[in-house]
Amino acid sequence: MSTTATRVIVTEDRPSAHLLRRGRRDLNPVRPGQRARARRETATGFAFLTPWLIGFLGLTLVPMAYSLYLSFTRYNIFQPPRMIGFDNYIRLFTKDPVFLQSAEITLIYVFVGTPITLGAALGVAMLLNYRDKGSGFFRSAFYAPSLIGASVSVAIVWRAMFAPDGPVDSGLQIFGINLGGWIGNPPMVLPMMILLHVWTFGSTMVIFLAGLKQIPKELYEAAEIDGANSWRRFRAVTIPMLSPVMFFNLLLGLIGAFQVFASAYIISNGTGGPAGMTNFITVYLYKRGFSDGQMGYAAAIAWVLLIVVALLAFILFRTQKSWVHYAGDDK
Amino acid sequence: MTSITADTERRAAASAPRRVKRKTVQTVIWLVGLLVLTAIVLYPLLWLFLATFKPNAEFGQNSGLFPVSPTFDNYGKVMEGIAGVPMWRFFLNSFILAASAVVGTVMSSALAAYAFARVQFKGLGILFAAMIGTLLLPFHVVIIPQYIIFNKLGWIDTFIPLILPKFLATEAFFVFLIVQFIRQMPRDMDEAARIDGAGHLRIFWSIILPLIRPALITCAIFAFIWTWNDFLSPLLYLTSPENYPLPIALKLYNDASSGGADYGATVTASFVALVPIILFFVVFQRFLVDGVATQGLKG
Repeated sequence: MSTTATRVIVTEDRPSAHLLRRGRRDLNPVRPGQRARARRETATGFAFLTPWLIGFLGLTLVPMAYSLYLSFTRYNIFQPPRMIGFDNYIRLFTKDPVFLQSAEITLIYVFVGTPITLGAALGVAMLLNYRDKGSGFFRSAFYAPSLIGASVSVAIVWRAMFAPDGPVDSGLQIFGINLGGWIGNPPMVLPMMILLHVWTFGSTMVIFLAGLKQIPKELYEAAEIDGANSWRRFRAVTIPMLSPVMFFNLLLGLIGAFQVFASAYIISNGTGGPAGMTNFITVYLYKRGFSDGQMGYAAAIAWVLLIVVALLAFILFRTQKSWVHYAGDDK
Repeated sequence: MTSITADTERRAAASAPRRVKRKTVQTVIWLVGLLVLTAIVLYPLLWLFLATFKPNAEFGQNSGLFPVSPTFDNYGKVMEGIAGVPMWRFFLNSFILAASAVVGTVMSSALAAYAFARVQFKGLGILFAAMIGTLLLPFHVVIIPQYIIFNKLGWIDTFIPLILPKFLATEAFFVFLIVQFIRQMPRDMDEAARIDGAGHLRIFWSIILPLIRPALITCAIFAFIWTWNDFLSPLLYLTSPENYPLPIALKLYNDASSGGADYGATVTASFVALVPIILFFVVFQRFLVDGVATQGLKG
C-alpha cells in the first residue's frame, strides 16, 4: 500500500533457544494429509481472527448495511422505521440549505486545509533534512501538536487564542492588522479551523522526513553534476522519489480531514456556528441524529459522506499511476 | 605541472575558510529559523500552561503570556471538579477507558495480525482487503447504527460500548501495523518450530509475540493517547457525569465558561487533562516519532 508502511524495522529481540526446545515436547508423530492440514490451517486462521471477525461483522459490516437501510426510512428510535424511499437523499440535496452549506465548508476545509498542511509538512521536513545535528529536537517539538490536535483541551486553547482581543488578535493589531476577531466572525472561522489543522502538520512531516532520508544521495550528486539547480533537483529527484509517501499522506490526510469533529463541536459549543461556519458534515450528522433524533436522515448524511470518501479514494488510486513513482518501476 | 598544482592548492586554501564561513552562516540561519518556528508552534501550549496561573479577572484583559498577579487558585478550583463530580473521578474514568483500550487493542490486534501475516487460510485475501478497507472508512458512517444496537442492548451510560470495540480489533490501523511488522520477521524461526511440531498458537506465543514487542508498544501508546483524547464516543454513550471521562468534563467546563463564568478553571482543567499525554510524549517521544516514521501512523 505504501512504502512508509513497509519499511524494515530491525529488532534485537530474538526468542531464546529454550522456547524452541519447549516446542519440541509437543511433537506430533502423525503427519496429517495435505487436505486435512489445509482445513486445519483455515480453522486456525479463523480462530485467531475471531475477535476481529466479530468486530468486523458486528460493528462495521452489519451496521453499514443497517445504516444504508435506515437512510431510506424515517426513524426516531422510539417508533419503528418507516420506508420513505429516496426522500432523505432528495431532501438533502434540494430542500436543505444547511446541509449544502455544511458540505461546502467541509469540502473547503478538506481541500484547502490538507494541501496547506502537506505543503507545510514537506517544507519543514526538507528544512530538517538539511542537517542531522539538532534536527531531532525540532522533529519532536513539531510532532507534539499532532498528538493532541484533536483533543478537547486544544479546542479550548484555540478558542482562547483566537478570541476577540485574544493573543492572536491583539498580536496582529500590533502590526496594524485588525480582523475584528476570529471566533464569532464568520468569514474568519474557517481560516481559524484550517490553521488548527495546519498546526498538526508534525505527524505528516515525520513521515515525509523518513521518506526524504531514503532518497539515495547519489541521485542528487548526479543531478548536480548534470548542472541541475536546486529547484530542478527538487522537481526531478525529490518529488518523484517522494511520490509514494506523498500519495499515502494525501490519501490519509484528505480522509482524516473529513472527520474533523471535536474541535468544531467545542469551539462552537455544539452549535456549528457562527453562521454555520463550523457546521462540518460530522457535526451536522451528530446534530441531526442525536439532538433532533432524525436517525434516518442522519444515516443518509453518513452514506453521502461514505460515498464521497470512497469516490475520492477511488480517484486517487486510479490516478496514482500517472504521478506516483514506485522504486523498481522502470519508467 | 607543479605550478598548476600549486595554483589549485592556493585557490583551495583561499576558498576553504570562505566555504566554512558560508556553511556556518547557513547553519545559523537554519537554527534561528527553526527556533522561531518552534516558538510559534509551541506558543499555544506555553500560553495554556502560563494561563493556568492567571486569576479570573485577567482573562479578557491580559492576552499575553505571563500572568500579572500569578495565583494557584485555579488548581484548587479544578480539583473540586464540575457538576458535583470531583476531578479525580474524571481522571479515573479516563484512565479505566484508556487502560482497557490498551489491553484490548494489543491483544485482539496481535491475534488478527498473526492470522493475516502467517496463516494460509481460505478467504485470507478477501478478509485482508476488507480490513484495509476499514482503514479508510470514516467512523461517522457507523455511529448511528452502532448507537441503535448498543441502545437496544441496554448499554447506554456504561463503559461497554467504549471498551468492547477495542477488544474486537476495530481499529484497523493497529492490525495493519502489526501485520507489516510480522511480515518483516524472518520465517526460519517459525519453520524450525513447526518442524519440531509446534502449532500456530505456540509459534504465536513463544516466537512471534516476543519478536514484535516494539510494534506492540507503539500500538499500546497510541491506543492510550487516542482513547484519552476521544471525544465523540463518550459524548454518544455516557450520560451521567460520574461516568464522564476528561474530554466530556472539559465540555462541561467549556459550556459553563461560554456563559462568562469561570474561565480560569476551564483553562486549567484543559491543561491538567493534557498532562498525562505530555508525560507520555516526553518519556516515549523516540518511540512515538519513530513509530510514525516507520509505520506511517498518524498522531
